[in-house]
Amino acid sequence: MKSLRVSDVKQKYRGEDYDVIVVGAGHAGCESALAAARMGNKTLLITINLDMVAFMPCNPSVGGPAKGTVVREVDALGGEMGHNIDKTYIQMRMLNTGKGPAVQALRAQADKHAYHAEMKHTIEKEPNLTLRQGIVDDLIVEDGICKGVITNTGARYQAKAVVVSTGTAARGKIIIGELMYASGPNNSQPAEKLTPNLEKLGFDLERFKTGTPPRVDGTTIDYAKTEEQPGDEKPHHFSFETPDKDYLAVKDQLSCWLTYTNETTHKIIRENLDRAPMFTGVIEGVGPRYCPSIEDKIVRFADKKRHQLFLEPEGKNTEEWYVDGLSTSMPEEVQQKMLHTVAGLEHAQMMRPGYAIEYDVVAPYQLKPTLETKIVKNLFTAGQTNGTSGYEEAAGQGIIAGINAGRRALGKGPFVLKRNEAYIGVMIDDLVTKGTKEPYRLLTSRAEYRLLLRTDNADMRLTEKGHDIGLISDKRYAKFLIKKQAIEDEIDRLNKIRIKPSDEVNTFVQEHGDKPLQDGVIAAVFLRRPYVNYETLLRFIPKSDTSLDRRVIEQVEIQTKYAGYIAKAESSVEKMKRMEAKKIPERIDYEAIDGIATEARQKLQKIHPETIAQATRISGVNPADIAILSVYIQEGKITKLAQ
Amino acid sequence: MVLTTTEFDTIAAISTPPGEGGISIVRISGEEAVDVAKKIYRGKNLDKVASNTINYGHIVDPSTDEEIDEVMLSVMRAPHTYTKEDIIEINCHGGIVATNRILQLVLSNGARMAEPGEFTKRAFLNGRIDLSQSEAVMDLIEAKTDRSMQAAISQLDGNLSHLIKHLRKDILDVLAQVEVNIDYPEYDDVETMTSNLLREKANDVHSRIVQLLATAKQGKILRDGLATSIIGRPNVGKSSLLNNLLHEDKAIVTDVPGTTRDVLEEYVNVRGVPLKLVDTAGIRDTTDKVEKIGVDRSRKAINSADLVLLVLNASEPLTDEDKELLAATKAKQRIIVLNKTDLPNKVDLGEIKRLAKSKNVISTSAIKANGLTHLESLIAEMFFNEGIESSQNDVMVTNARHIGLLNQAKSALEDVLKGLDEGMPVDLVQIDMTRCWDFLGEITGDSYQDELIDQLFSQFCLGK
Repeated sequence: MKSLRVSDVKQKYRGEDYDVIVVGAGHAGCESALAAARMGNKTLLITINLDMVAFMPCNPSVGGPAKGTVVREVDALGGEMGHNIDKTYIQMRMLNTGKGPAVQALRAQADKHAYHAEMKHTIEKEPNLTLRQGIVDDLIVEDGICKGVITNTGARYQAKAVVVSTGTAARGKIIIGELMYASGPNNSQPAEKLTPNLEKLGFDLERFKTGTPPRVDGTTIDYAKTEEQPGDEKPHHFSFETPDKDYLAVKDQLSCWLTYTNETTHKIIRENLDRAPMFTGVIEGVGPRYCPSIEDKIVRFADKKRHQLFLEPEGKNTEEWYVDGLSTSMPEEVQQKMLHTVAGLEHAQMMRPGYAIEYDVVAPYQLKPTLETKIVKNLFTAGQTNGTSGYEEAAGQGIIAGINAGRRALGKGPFVLKRNEAYIGVMIDDLVTKGTKEPYRLLTSRAEYRLLLRTDNADMRLTEKGHDIGLISDKRYAKFLIKKQAIEDEIDRLNKIRIKPSDEVNTFVQEHGDKPLQDGVIAAVFLRRPYVNYETLLRFIPKSDTSLDRRVIEQVEIQTKYAGYIAKAESSVEKMKRMEAKKIPERIDYEAIDGIATEARQKLQKIHPETIAQATRISGVNPADIAILSVYIQEGKITKLAQ
Repeated sequence: MVLTTTEFDTIAAISTPPGEGGISIVRISGEEAVDVAKKIYRGKNLDKVASNTINYGHIVDPSTDEEIDEVMLSVMRAPHTYTKEDIIEINCHGGIVATNRILQLVLSNGARMAEPGEFTKRAFLNGRIDLSQSEAVMDLIEAKTDRSMQAAISQLDGNLSHLIKHLRKDILDVLAQVEVNIDYPEYDDVETMTSNLLREKANDVHSRIVQLLATAKQGKILRDGLATSIIGRPNVGKSSLLNNLLHEDKAIVTDVPGTTRDVLEEYVNVRGVPLKLVDTAGIRDTTDKVEKIGVDRSRKAINSADLVLLVLNASEPLTDEDKELLAATKAKQRIIVLNKTDLPNKVDLGEIKRLAKSKNVISTSAIKANGLTHLESLIAEMFFNEGIESSQNDVMVTNARHIGLLNQAKSALEDVLKGLDEGMPVDLVQIDMTRCWDFLGEITGDSYQDELIDQLFSQFCLGK
């Protein structure tokens, strides 16, 4: 497709110098820029349209399984997403409350306009950070080192490190039925030159596709025909720093509403499949399996009679509603017809049609675990640019890229989270080790140490690291240490108190079908019984001297009740650490190792894993190959080779 | 990678163990396999016969026109063969001499002698077999009797892999369901994996693994041989029993490297059970006038044995030493051999049976080989009467690594059940289910998290 840009600037000018430049102010770019700036770097954040900073072009929601944990991890590292959603949510729900602690998931519906405005304001107020509108066309690269960026207005900005997080704007193309045009998200201007220039530098690009459903006018929805899904009464927040008193009462929250597609909806879709870009070959990009378009669902799961649709408000000051579950790139008139078959939407007025968008992705195997590219030094990439999907995934990478770009500018070493430390670590390791064939979404099932990576303990895992990096203030760190101490003290106390087999206790255990106590039992051990929680425990033991915060009690309960499983998970982490300790030298020559299968050899050459543990995670590299590789390294042949 | 020319050679070997077996097979694999066979085979036109057919004919020496053997010849064309190359198998029944001549003919007509394990290496390199299957081949090469061969072969066929994959598939279904419940909590179209449902599945998989492990003991015996000690006081006839067991045509005598001559191990094939006779040198030493074996030495032999053959002299009353040996072997799998029954009987059979508390008492005269048949069938019965062959469709676990992993998988499942009993939430208990899945995956060599993700997306239509 030809660009409509009719003239380009011929004359360049020298802009200001920066320590770090971030390209793109989506959910990745905002975290990158804030992290770099807060670490003391003079930082520039350039984005195509200032009215789309931290914009939510898709779901007006933040969090959910795995994703919600990432938000808290970002918060514990000193990022902004948690604060920002806590200030702008319109509904808060804890999901999976009927299940174990490892999988509970916090999710908020966001006021998308407020979310954007709040984040923009935070960035504007940040002392070291400049926010500027502009399109980056090219990078300044000398001898394989990135030294800055060049904008379409001719500005040359020098920097010690650059983060590229251009999202779907990278040669974006919107498709609605037969209509197709160059565009970034939500009809914004695309960035047409940057990724082709990356390709010239030697980067392998891929083409991905994602999509969004139509939006409808809420005043035309018949809610009576749908099922209400209200928010939670019990307070929850994403950020460690948000106090419970700030929690919105349920009456001040907005509900979502559940409805369904039906056979008529499906019939309309089936009759129009010849106009569906998904199936006519118009869409080349690879779409995500976990968030398929409705036409994809109808074709792949033909026997399903109905699909769930969640109607979600886009904000407090708008009547626009998001029809979750109806992502589509069907022609506009077909979308209208589809909507009108759905209970509650019979008379709904469509405000914006759904669309598919194709965009360029930097194949993530070209990245180091710091998100610096292997080809160009001092260049980092984050977010959808790396093939992920989701605001939270973007923010998680954004803060890591920002921290590492910032540390590079400051002359400090790399910062990497491991798979056993954070979902962010799982995600980045997956990306750089396995790459991805579709937009990558975090799932709890991607984490082998799920029980250690809980949403309730993100602060316990990462606050200290955030403080070391310089993104967590001393004040917050002190507050965190008090919490940590309180947890330890209370667990300690419970391990010292003995509950005597009194009538009261025995009546209680017998009520729950258990045998009466013969001897005394340690309080902590008693707490492990499935029908006992901290609150019931307090009926039989004295209260703690200080009143405990609900978050302290939560930790005491979880760490006590699930101690056995936690210990098991920790022992398998130890095993992995031993494999992580087996480093693979950077200069290894895989051609020189006999016996490795061809496919494994190619993969190893391409990905260049840093450790044996990472090598085991590459698909196509079999245990036999790992054995040969380990032997080869142990024999010291590598050392000889490197000499 | 540099490919040497030998990698494209057509190779051949006798693929059945040397010995007196009814049929021997000469296997040829490679691009020229059919051409080589055509030169020495008289029968149908091998270029025209369909793949995977068996053809009657004769092997003829082309230089002399002499007929060597009447054979059945199988043609299997690439790529659907063991090595993914063309394969010819010549089934010959002419005994070892004819088989060797046929191999010679094959080698002098364009094929090269295969190196040990080279067929497997090709199969492995061509992506035809997985890790557990290639290990089975290594066991096959070392298998010592026909029945061992069968166990190894059925594993090689992928029976074990198949079974393990089946188990893993069932576990994967459970895991995927748990995962969907977690990652898509609002998704209404999938049954919630409850504790009861999970318990049911865990029990099912557990009992299948236990069944499989039940074959492991026999499997190990088939592979390593059943350690057997012949004990008894001096001059009861141990060595004549040994000699009778060691029929020339059955005996496989092995020098164990790195050991002294007197810990010689001898293998004997008893109705398909490979007996590893322990300390046979000690028995043979009994010709020395000064015999110092005594009970102490016997005890050592007893301790190291899976099976004890306790020999008593039927022509003399029981001595204290006999009674001591009876007591010392009480806890062992044992057979009491009443020897010298050709001489007048001086022992009370009832007393022995009472002392032995066992029906495994056999009367024999080793000299006349009387009762030897009975002894042999009793040994076979003791190790095959537990329904080995009827369980698990002939799949036997014979590899120590596999047994170890199956045991780990089993104990992971026991942790699942324990967790459920303690009222732990499904998503925690699932940790042990996943461990079970991983252990089983290590047997077949595939343990990738990606499988689970793929399963999720192919099985469920996921939205929000």
